[in-house]
Amino acid sequence: MNLSNLFHNYEEAVAMILFGIGFSNLLLQNNLIKKIIGLNIMDTAVYLFLALKGYIEGRKAPIVVDGIQSVDAYINPIPSGLVLTGIVVSVSVSALMLSLTIRLYRRYHTLDLDEISTRLRKEGL
Amino acid sequence: MEVVRNFPFLSIIMALFSGPLCSVLGRQAAKWVNTAVISLIGVMSFAVLLFTVRTGDFYVYQMGHFPAPWGNEIRFGQLEAWMALFFCVIMLLCMLSGRRELARETEPTKQNLYYAMVGLLLSSLLALIYTNDMFTAYVFVEINTISACGLIMIRENGRTLEAAMRYMIMSLLGSGLLLMGLCFLYDLTGHLLMSNIRESVTALAASGEYHVPLLVAICLMSVGIAIKSALFPFHAWLPDAYGYSTLSSSAILSSLVSKGYIFLLVKIFYRVIGFDVVRESKVVNVLFIFGILGMILGSVFAIQEDNVRRMIAYSSVAQIGYIYMGFGLGTAAGMIASLYHILSHAATKSLLFVAASGLTDVSDERTDFLGLTGAGYRNKLAGLAFTVGSLSMVGIPAFSGFISKLLFAQAAYETRHKMLLALVALAISTILNAVYFMKTVIRLYTPGWRAGLTVAQAKITVKDQPLKSAMLVCFIMLNLFLGLCSEPLVRLMIEGLERFA
Repeated sequence: MNLSNLFHNYEEAVAMILFGIGFSNLLLQNNLIKKIIGLNIMDTAVYLFLALKGYIEGRKAPIVVDGIQSVDAYINPIPSGLVLTGIVVSVSVSALMLSLTIRLYRRYHTLDLDEISTRLRKEGL
Repeated sequence: MEVVRNFPFLSIIMALFSGPLCSVLGRQAAKWVNTAVISLIGVMSFAVLLFTVRTGDFYVYQMGHFPAPWGNEIRFGQLEAWMALFFCVIMLLCMLSGRRELARETEPTKQNLYYAMVGLLLSSLLALIYTNDMFTAYVFVEINTISACGLIMIRENGRTLEAAMRYMIMSLLGSGLLLMGLCFLYDLTGHLLMSNIRESVTALAASGEYHVPLLVAICLMSVGIAIKSALFPFHAWLPDAYGYSTLSSSAILSSLVSKGYIFLLVKIFYRVIGFDVVRESKVVNVLFIFGILGMILGSVFAIQEDNVRRMIAYSSVAQIGYIYMGFGLGTAAGMIASLYHILSHAATKSLLFVAASGLTDVSDERTDFLGLTGAGYRNKLAGLAFTVGSLSMVGIPAFSGFISKLLFAQAAYETRHKMLLALVALAISTILNAVYFMKTVIRLYTPGWRAGLTVAQAKITVKDQPLKSAMLVCFIMLNLFLGLCSEPLVRLMIEGLERFA
């Protein structure tokens, strides 16, 4: 019975799996670029989850075109708004991470975070 | 007095706009704008505090006059106003005492950007304190992370870049979990405003529906914030970030940034979920265990450390452990103790960082213990300040740390199962604190010739660094104030917490 629930809500399950993939990439990868990719996968998974929650089957985006003003005709617009806000946040964070990566690369000529740490320990500062 | 009700919103907006303004101004102008904005916000928070204490009530400020389930809200009572005032005071003191280091350690063309970051940081802290909307809280958590990262990397060397990177990674993991938990909660309740979520959650908990998703949401948010505020197993980025960034950054990061997140967690526990539901969920027990581990292991790491700034940073890990231990007790008394520890740790840790920098100034910039030998004689005020900070951290009466430890012990005494563990951990942690702080203080007052130091080292008197000395005196006074006048403050916080949810 539980398994059938899982199949019924397979979209949410996919979002969770993607979240897990992104999370573990951000946590475990050594390569900085791969970490940033993981971050983006993680954030996108959250947006997928949110978008799913706002969607109601058979309804349209809440833009009044044909004069239909009934609530039953439209989906919930708030999650879409949240996704937009989230995208803005994730873009700025990715940009910051990428710029940090560039600086680290210029200084150490490697993208491997552990390698950078070992070199720092050798240098002293 | 109606105009006071606009102050929380105005202070957030002012701090937010001071950021972009500072980024286009020159170095000197940005400095003064920043100082003025922080002071003005402090005054405004004080007015809000007076207003809320006098009326003994909380207020809801509707953004754009949209009513409750749809609009965005600010909600403030005396606890929020007091926190905002305290954060402003600490931030002002930290900024003023770190000016010389900032001028020396960073590029002159980038200093206005530093002030921009501080403005953004202040606005995000204030927003975390005042907001009544979960998604707004998430957005400001991210702003907080980004500006804190800017504070770390403004002093450009390999260590700070690596520390900033590690900080970003851990923070983003934390905010990812927080966002996911928040989406779960939105999915379950259909609301984003904290008070509305609370109603739905109470109904859900009473009916027993969606038990597991609710539990998962609470866990995700707690773990997310625990990661962001460097609870014990997630502290790896902390010593480098605090130890090698410029002075104001270390002081602000250790005393304010993680506290903003912790205050958000208090808010989630009390206002969003309801503390009864949180206690039922047993999440607090997990926080309790990790808090205790942090209390002890943070101190052990600090004992092993040879660099004084990194030692203070590791001590922060232990102090964060105290705060989470207080949450873990699962009582209102434990929560009050944690809130008081937020204050006393913020006041003491920034004092220690500033004093340590005063001591390294007279020791050829050496931060190891050998180099600091006798530094207490060469810079008398910094030595005194460091001693005060150490005594406070160890928990000697008359200093702020004593009150928070007393409150923790009293709170632990009221619980049934956690009493023994909490008291034993408090005792062990206090002894460990004493070991490394007293070791440093003794080192500071050991005459240099005894350790075989031959380098001629400069002396610094109050006249050489008037601003920093004045700030050190202010920090010492603040510590004594928190230690000696705790009664009204604790009462204020108890009343505030009652009206918090």
